[in-house]
Amino acid sequence: MHATFSYPKYSFTPSEEQRTGNVRRHPVVIVGAGPVGLTAALDFARKGVPVVVLDAEDTVSVGSRAVCYAKRALEVWDRLGVGQRMIDKGVVWKIGKVFNGDRMVYQFDLLPEPDHKIPAFINLQQYYLEDFLVAQARKSDLIDLRWLSRVISARQEADHVVLQVETPDGVHAVEAGWVIACDGAKSSVRKMLGLEFQGEVFKDRFLIADVVMKADFPAERWFWFDPPFHRKQSALLHMQPDNVWRLDFQLGWDADPEEEKKPERVIPRVQAMLGADTPFELEWVSVYTFQCRRLEQFRHGRILFAGDSAHQVSPFGARGANSGVPDADNLVWKLALVLDGKAPESLLDSYSDERVAAAKENILNSTRSTDFITPKSEMSRVFRDAVLELAVDQPFARSLVNSGRLSTPTTYTDSRLNTPDSDSFAGKMVPGAPATDAPVERDGLSGWLMEALDGRFTVLYAACDGPVPAEVAEALDGLAAGPLPLVWHAVTDRRRGIAGELVDSAGRLRERYDLIPGSVYLIRPDQHIAARWRRFDGAALSAALDRAVGHTVGC
Amino acid sequence: MAKLMTEQRFASPDDVYQLLIDSHRDLTPDQSTRLNAKLILLLANHIGDAEVLAEALRVARQGME
Repeated sequence: MHATFSYPKYSFTPSEEQRTGNVRRHPVVIVGAGPVGLTAALDFARKGVPVVVLDAEDTVSVGSRAVCYAKRALEVWDRLGVGQRMIDKGVVWKIGKVFNGDRMVYQFDLLPEPDHKIPAFINLQQYYLEDFLVAQARKSDLIDLRWLSRVISARQEADHVVLQVETPDGVHAVEAGWVIACDGAKSSVRKMLGLEFQGEVFKDRFLIADVVMKADFPAERWFWFDPPFHRKQSALLHMQPDNVWRLDFQLGWDADPEEEKKPERVIPRVQAMLGADTPFELEWVSVYTFQCRRLEQFRHGRILFAGDSAHQVSPFGARGANSGVPDADNLVWKLALVLDGKAPESLLDSYSDERVAAAKENILNSTRSTDFITPKSEMSRVFRDAVLELAVDQPFARSLVNSGRLSTPTTYTDSRLNTPDSDSFAGKMVPGAPATDAPVERDGLSGWLMEALDGRFTVLYAACDGPVPAEVAEALDGLAAGPLPLVWHAVTDRRRGIAGELVDSAGRLRERYDLIPGSVYLIRPDQHIAARWRRFDGAALSAALDRAVGHTVGC
Repeated sequence: MAKLMTEQRFASPDDVYQLLIDSHRDLTPDQSTRLNAKLILLLANHIGDAEVLAEALRVARQGME
């Protein structure tokens, strides 16, 4: 198996502290070099924080596993300099089609508006994704990747954590100011802390078959209820790079997972779907069940959980890795400010609050999809089938068809880091929302707003067709020279020669942010909106900045 | 806030009742169940107000727990 990819083998090199026996205290240790752990490592390095990454294995994800990567995760990776490589290798898509029997009942477009740098979705085998992240991490002197290094215990002290790490050379201690547990759904760190991981188990089994074939299906997500080739169950088709296709078959709870993985069982199912005369090769087969569950809190003292170790969802909706990456995005800037003494430790509680809210949203969506795909009661099945039947002719019923609501970023509506609006704005860019992209011209080059939101706080001042008043520029320059990492840009209608200006020649930025002359946005390092006003008020901006780094007490 | 209307609203109640019963004529219990489910979905969309639906469901469930 795996004709299209050869697995890298990352070598184990004993660390200096293991060789010499001198225990070192690292500011941050990340457990797990999967997509979430590596994303966090790259972000820390970008902010100048050295990190140690411990991984129990010595290669990338075995099997294609997570395949669909959503816009928001790709935007994070683009900020970290590795997104374009993923997009170039991946299959870009945005259309999903849902079939009942052999009729299409519903079609959705995940990015209906133009002028965004990053596509709605790409499909890419997880092993490529991790390979690219590792390659990027290796370019940084600040990232110390340690393979075949398994954490076997974790003990929290007053101001640090002591990890015992098992390697081919034996067990040694590593001390960390902070630990980020990105060690997956079966997180051993979570077990060491004895934390409850509660939720719902779904009684259904699914078969994944990755096949290599030449096929002329379009680059779209196709989902079937009750297809002619797999009666009374669902099926899913996704295109991946290298002519690899992800086929997913619902099997039911009674299926025997070991039997179902055997080629003599899998091949007839694939042939029924593709036609007996389509040549293909099996690349990877897996049978899975799933659960929707999460930790109550993602911060436990000096140990923070991110990704599947903190929350687990069903695969329908691609909300696993796509919510893990925003965890890292949310956490890293906060911890970097805390390490730098520029924010109180309590800022880390907002990581838990904001990402618990996101996990709740993801679990809700994932559970609803699962209830539609795998009805739990006879009447639930009756309603599901009635929706599918009506959807053929009745447009309203199509919106009820749920084959997975695909991952979209969470708006931190209730976050205490937000400054509530005092002025009136139209559109979606409310405090807590992830910033949406728009084309801009910068230094005479065409680019994107998201490229200007570079991991620092960003203030946008809408100059539009006027100048930036001297007192505004002076106040913003003062903030930019202050202790917090901050940059400001004037947004102009056409080139005016203002330093750092973002020229909104297409007018998308004005449209998407409801800008009029004098409007001000404060955007967080993780590209979420913190505050906005209709006119510049230096004191209000400073207060919002204070609030966004957790200085406000009692809310 | 919209409210579930429970006062008598039909011009001819017996006609409406007969309409419901007649629509199930010659159907198997399974078919009747399907018809009811589709009818509920159509009417729920027609009402278009989750609060009214929730109130109707609450009234319909009375005496069942």
